[in-house]
Amino acid sequence: MAEGEWQPKIIAIICNWCSYAGADLAGSARTQYPPDIRAIRVMCTGRVDPLFIMKAFADGADGVLVSGCHFGDCHYIAGNFKCAKRMFLLKSVLKDLGIDDHRLRMTFVSASEGAKWAMVMEDVVKTVKELGPSPINQLKQ
Amino acid sequence: MAEEKKQPRIGVFVCHCGTNIAGTIDVESVKDYAATLPNVIVADDYQYMCSTPGQAKIIDAIKDHDLTGIVVAACTPRLHEPTFRTATKEGGLNPFRFEMANIRDQNSWVHMHDPEGATAKAKDAIRIAAAKASLLEDLYPKSVPVEHAAMVVGAGVGGIQAALDLANAGIKTYLVEKNPTVGGRMSQLDKTFPTLDCSQCILTPKMVDVGRHPNIELHTYTEVESVDGYIGNFDITLRKKARGVMSQDEATAKGIVGGGCNGCGDCAAACPVIKPNPFEFGMAPRKAIYIFHPQVVPLVYTIDFDACVKCGLCVEACGEKKAIDLEMTDTFETVKVGTVILSTGYDMFEIEKKREWGYKQFDNVITSLEFERLICASGPTGGHLIRPSDGETPMKVAFVLCAGSRDNTGVGKPYCSRFCCMYSLKHAHQIMEKIPGCQPYIFYMDIRSFGKMYEEFYYRIQNEGAKFIRGRVANVLEDAKTKNLHVYAEDTLLGRPVDLEVDMVVLAAAVQPTENIDPVRKMFGVSCSQDGWMLEAHPKLNPCGTTTAGVFLAGVCQGPKDIPDTVAQAEGAASAASIPIHTGKVELEPYFAQCLEEKCAGCGMCISQCPYSALDLIEKDGKQVMHVTEAKCKGCGTCGGFCPGGAIYMQHFTTPQIVAQIDAFLLGGEQ
Ligand SMILES: Cc1cc2nc3c(=O)[nH]c(=O)nc-3n(C[C@H](O)[C@H](O)[C@H](O)COP(=O)(O)OP(=O)(O)OC[C@H]3O[C@@H](n4cnc5c(N)ncnc54)[C@H](O)[C@@H]3O)c2cc1C
Ligand code: SF4
Ligand code: SF4
Repeated sequence: MAEGEWQPKIIAIICNWCSYAGADLAGSARTQYPPDIRAIRVMCTGRVDPLFIMKAFADGADGVLVSGCHFGDCHYIAGNFKCAKRMFLLKSVLKDLGIDDHRLRMTFVSASEGAKWAMVMEDVVKTVKELGPSPINQLKQ
Repeated sequence: MAEEKKQPRIGVFVCHCGTNIAGTIDVESVKDYAATLPNVIVADDYQYMCSTPGQAKIIDAIKDHDLTGIVVAACTPRLHEPTFRTATKEGGLNPFRFEMANIRDQNSWVHMHDPEGATAKAKDAIRIAAAKASLLEDLYPKSVPVEHAAMVVGAGVGGIQAALDLANAGIKTYLVEKNPTVGGRMSQLDKTFPTLDCSQCILTPKMVDVGRHPNIELHTYTEVESVDGYIGNFDITLRKKARGVMSQDEATAKGIVGGGCNGCGDCAAACPVIKPNPFEFGMAPRKAIYIFHPQVVPLVYTIDFDACVKCGLCVEACGEKKAIDLEMTDTFETVKVGTVILSTGYDMFEIEKKREWGYKQFDNVITSLEFERLICASGPTGGHLIRPSDGETPMKVAFVLCAGSRDNTGVGKPYCSRFCCMYSLKHAHQIMEKIPGCQPYIFYMDIRSFGKMYEEFYYRIQNEGAKFIRGRVANVLEDAKTKNLHVYAEDTLLGRPVDLEVDMVVLAAAVQPTENIDPVRKMFGVSCSQDGWMLEAHPKLNPCGTTTAGVFLAGVCQGPKDIPDTVAQAEGAASAASIPIHTGKVELEPYFAQCLEEKCAGCGMCISQCPYSALDLIEKDGKQVMHVTEAKCKGCGTCGGFCPGGAIYMQHFTTPQIVAQIDAFLLGGEQ
């Protein structure tokens, strides 16, 4: 692939109540951000099985974002907290596998934080672009 | 669950949303692309999919093409998922065989300057949605009965109105108020704009009504301790704070015949402890045993146990009524209700944080609520507006509007508090009426007189002689000798600096959400906006609802609003809250967990994950397996995200469905 042409493939798994609503709010406010992220909606980040993230990396994702409500604001009391614990553990697994753990990110964006969602999008895309294509993709080639 | 499946047949419909989507995204190419996707039988596009003809396309396509799943690429499921589910159902498919791709709110609107990127993203989003739609199954919402009772938290004018409406609709209503009396802020006001009717006169009858309505169970001096359950069946535990005094009903229940507090006040007369009265902002005294004001409902005294020295003089004075119990402790009571309205109102912003205006530094700088008490005939001065420094009548009064509102310095509040313009006009009128020759100066940024008869009121006050100076006050300084105040500002209309000497300054301080509201909000699962106001489900289409089914909002807790708007929203909330109760049952989305028993190792690890104790191990065919109590499960999927064996089947968010979405994005899937 020629330099400069590479577009990262980033997947986001986001919760229905906070981050999905925050992302919608960025829309109503017409806040612009790069279009490189594809979102999958779940009811709560608690639903996020580490397997989903491993699968995404195995499929060639260059980055994965998980985003939910702020601690204490979870629609289901503490699903976001339980997810965060899993993500923390998963990061060390990724490192062991030779995948830079910055490729996996967990953020907390509430339903009123449209502007923050846009910032997260900018930042995740920037981070992943700096890291370059996932080593799994490089192996595959 | 795993039923006999036929090959999926998906229909994709791409919405233009006028130019909202089509102006950025190449809808035509997106539609053509969708038609090439696996399992997609038909792909179409239309101007407005949510319109009747748009929905008809879905209905017809299901019949014409024997579809098994529908994808609509349009706005957000948070807006139109119910619409398209209904259309899906009308076409003869199970409504849960519908999936939405968000190509407006999370695409065309946020990538307006990148049509190519947005179009590519829309294609991916549809591919992801079609992959999920191929695996969707028939689901059936469970129907649960709704308790024929409601709760209103907060008994300001909003809560009072909501409770009366519910009660008049024949619904048993628990009205919960943390203060010893109902009434909220409105009972601290003197007159109300723009009609200038006396606040207590219009509020008191309503306060009395809630006190004696047969369908209202009033719990004053009470707070919500914990909340359990879900729409239709909330179990709410109330903490009834120790009041130290029994009402007549409570005394009767205890067998003290003819006893209980009758509001005579003999106790307060005997009480030796004197403290500042917070209802009067410390401008009047109160005893350790007190009522806020003569119109309190219920008329029962309350002991401030932080101040009480337990001398027992009140008990003696109370005598045979035996109303007082100095050893009283908090009690708890759990009630079951179908729906809840939160109406917890507001507090004033701590305006002393804005040092430049001198509140709490200079005696003659007061807040507008203090002004309400000072001008009120039943207030601490009997309605005589006086300077706190020397008791003199002020003849020149400056009103500082937007004191802490519309303030982006980080110290104040960025929003408009909405009623300060109007009440400051009211205040100007009141001093000109009460004190002949008294001159009001109104320092304003804009006068926002947006309501019915409000603009007319503004002109009236202007004609009466109030002076208006446009510009935010920079500084207030005191003349140490006279205690007069210098107001420094810029007159932005004349482009001139202003230095005005006045006798008194009234700060129209910003309002903010009630102190300590967060625990309450969180118990009910209600989010808040960036400013801390409770968040409605949709700012335009669902201003009374919240994202927690069965929980509604009324009044200033949702954002600053005046009395007419508060009452209007309260009536809306009461109507919304009574619908499920009158319907008698609600349908819950069938997103609950199930256990795939053949995969379950019986480890029980998921039990700790479930926030609602919906999981238990049971014995089945000689093996330990997990069992989900569906009535308790709220469908968060936290168990499913945790189970190491993949034994939890999260309906509508199954592992195969999510993995298929991931694969569809990353591995492609065009035919
Ligand atoms: C100086 C001033 C003058 C005003 N003048 C006017 C006017 O002339 N005309 C007009 O239309 N509007 C006026 N307003 C606005 C008016 O006060 C509000 O619109 C109105 O009071 C809003 O009522 P509410 O029921 O939403 O809130 P509130 O009056 O604040 O009532 C909320 C109630 O909830 C209770 N509560 C809070 N938290 C809890 C909890 N956790 N548990 C139980 N109970 C709780 C509180 O104790 C309170 O009783 C004025 C406001 C100010 C500051
Ligand atoms: S016991 Fe408490 S409330 Fe009663 S009179 Fe003494 S100080 Fe006042
Ligand atoms: S989905 Fe699982 S964790 Fe969530 S409420 Fe239901 S049983 Fe509990």
